[in-house]
Amino acid sequence: MNFAPETSIDIASAVNRATAPSAEPKLKVDKLNFYYGDNHALKNINFEIPEKRVTAMIGPSGCGKSTLLRIFNRMYQLYPGQRAEGKILFDGADLLSKDLDSTVVRSRIGMVFQKPTPFPMSIYDNIAFGVRLHERLNKAQMDERVEWCLRKAAIWEEAKDRLHTSALGLSGGQQQRLCIARTIAVRPEVILLDEPTSALDPISTSKIEDLIDELKQEFTIVIVTHNMQQAARCADITSFFYLGELIEVAASNEIFTNPREARTRDYITGRFG
Amino acid sequence: MDATLSGRQAGNGLIAARKPTGRVSDPVFVGILWGSGILVLLLLGLIIAMLFEGGLPALREFGLSFIWSTTWNPVTEVFGAGVMVFGTIFSAVIAVIIALPLSFGIAFFLTEIAPGPLRRPIGVAIQLLAAIPSIIYGMWGFFIVVPLMAAYVQPPLIEWLGPLPIIGALFQGPPLGAGMLTAGLIMAIMILPFITAMFVEVLESVPPMIKESAYGVGATTYEVYRNVSVPYGSTAMVGAVMLGLGRALGETMAVTFVIGNATRMSASLFAPGATIASTIANEFPEASIGSLKLQALLELGFILFVISFIVLALSRLLVRSRLKG
Repeated sequence: MNFAPETSIDIASAVNRATAPSAEPKLKVDKLNFYYGDNHALKNINFEIPEKRVTAMIGPSGCGKSTLLRIFNRMYQLYPGQRAEGKILFDGADLLSKDLDSTVVRSRIGMVFQKPTPFPMSIYDNIAFGVRLHERLNKAQMDERVEWCLRKAAIWEEAKDRLHTSALGLSGGQQQRLCIARTIAVRPEVILLDEPTSALDPISTSKIEDLIDELKQEFTIVIVTHNMQQAARCADITSFFYLGELIEVAASNEIFTNPREARTRDYITGRFG
Repeated sequence: MDATLSGRQAGNGLIAARKPTGRVSDPVFVGILWGSGILVLLLLGLIIAMLFEGGLPALREFGLSFIWSTTWNPVTEVFGAGVMVFGTIFSAVIAVIIALPLSFGIAFFLTEIAPGPLRRPIGVAIQLLAAIPSIIYGMWGFFIVVPLMAAYVQPPLIEWLGPLPIIGALFQGPPLGAGMLTAGLIMAIMILPFITAMFVEVLESVPPMIKESAYGVGATTYEVYRNVSVPYGSTAMVGAVMLGLGRALGETMAVTFVIGNATRMSASLFAPGATIASTIANEFPEASIGSLKLQALLELGFILFVISFIVLALSRLLVRSRLKG
């Protein structure tokens, strides 16, 4: 297919080509600019993330992809001096508006970090912690919820006999799956994954990748990764960021085989980054 | 390659010809370092030995019951440490109970909430609290805090809480101003900087990613603090509190001014009392060399040393266990 005449990035058609039927955008980024103090980190980003798909963001370090991820669940607001301009529509509501409560946003848009971050408490409480913040469940319901999300995160078999021991005793890969379970437990709609396997060994990594594939049945997933094979394997759509700009968005199989932009091609063929 | 080889050969040639410069000075230097290190052990050992030996006659005279006997009568020369041991621990515990919530608040404010420009002034102000000499706290306590306590704090507390069962016992007696609570209050301000500084250090050592994860599941600032930051550093925090307790146990001048110096035992927060340190400070000038009183005071000192040692050892143990984990 020849994309040459196109100048704007048409995500909808890319999605159509990648995965039919077409999905409504879950997140719609509209003219987003982001600043760390005086540093203009994201420049006029327009971007749509379709529902129940895996969208990958790739690019060299410092290109703004993690920054964008952290805007989606308003993590940037914890730090003074960081500000965002523009709009991010989430089911029609502007995520950047002050009317929305951060804790509510974060319960609907969960995040998993680069390194496993279990809380210093038992496996069970790691899950129950987040759930208790938003819902009142009795013991049986909570037990059920814990089992449900541990099963979803493919760690139930390993954890079921030690639910009440410290989560810090799990291996790195298990901890990361626990963190995914913890994120799922509050039943978000979107899961943000910030290089979720960068601290893990290959076996744990492939488990997490299988998991991502499972989870997209129910959740919208956005993943930041430095590993291009991972993006190619897991993501339906891949976006390439460079120096704070969104260079290209396309279905993964297209961006990796036939990128439109020279910079994208240079990056995925390893010429820089 | 050639250059380095020839350089080396030249070096080898020089080694034999070189004068040994450090033959005398270096062993002397190493010797001084050894001496400095050993001196600490020696000093500590000698102080313990001297306190123990100095107090031994009193211990012989009154037996082990010296530690808990509550009689302290210089006229009849009957001495017991019970009142002072109780007063020392009681006032120190009051100090920690007052200082703890304040330290928590300040430390969390400084690490999480305070905007950048405010962080330094508050941090410096807390450090400066630690720089105020203890005697100044004593004078401030005596001239300002004691009258305020007597006029405004103690009368209503006695009136409202005094008649209650059980806890009423804490609020008995005349509102003298000086007493256990006032001493504890002054000491709380004195140990506040130390506890706060350690709390800040502990809270800053909590990985930001863990906090963000907690925010990430929708926790509020308080929930993150309560469920993640504090449990993460809990052992080190207990250690910090013990360290504060240790300082309060040995505090002398400020306490001597405001505790009332009465060698009577009372459960009331308002009753005047005495600590080991304040008793030694008060009575040392009147104890003649070789007297039983002097020996009793030395024995008191030894007991204080043992109490502080236990508290400090525990705190170090807790802080270290945290660092390892």
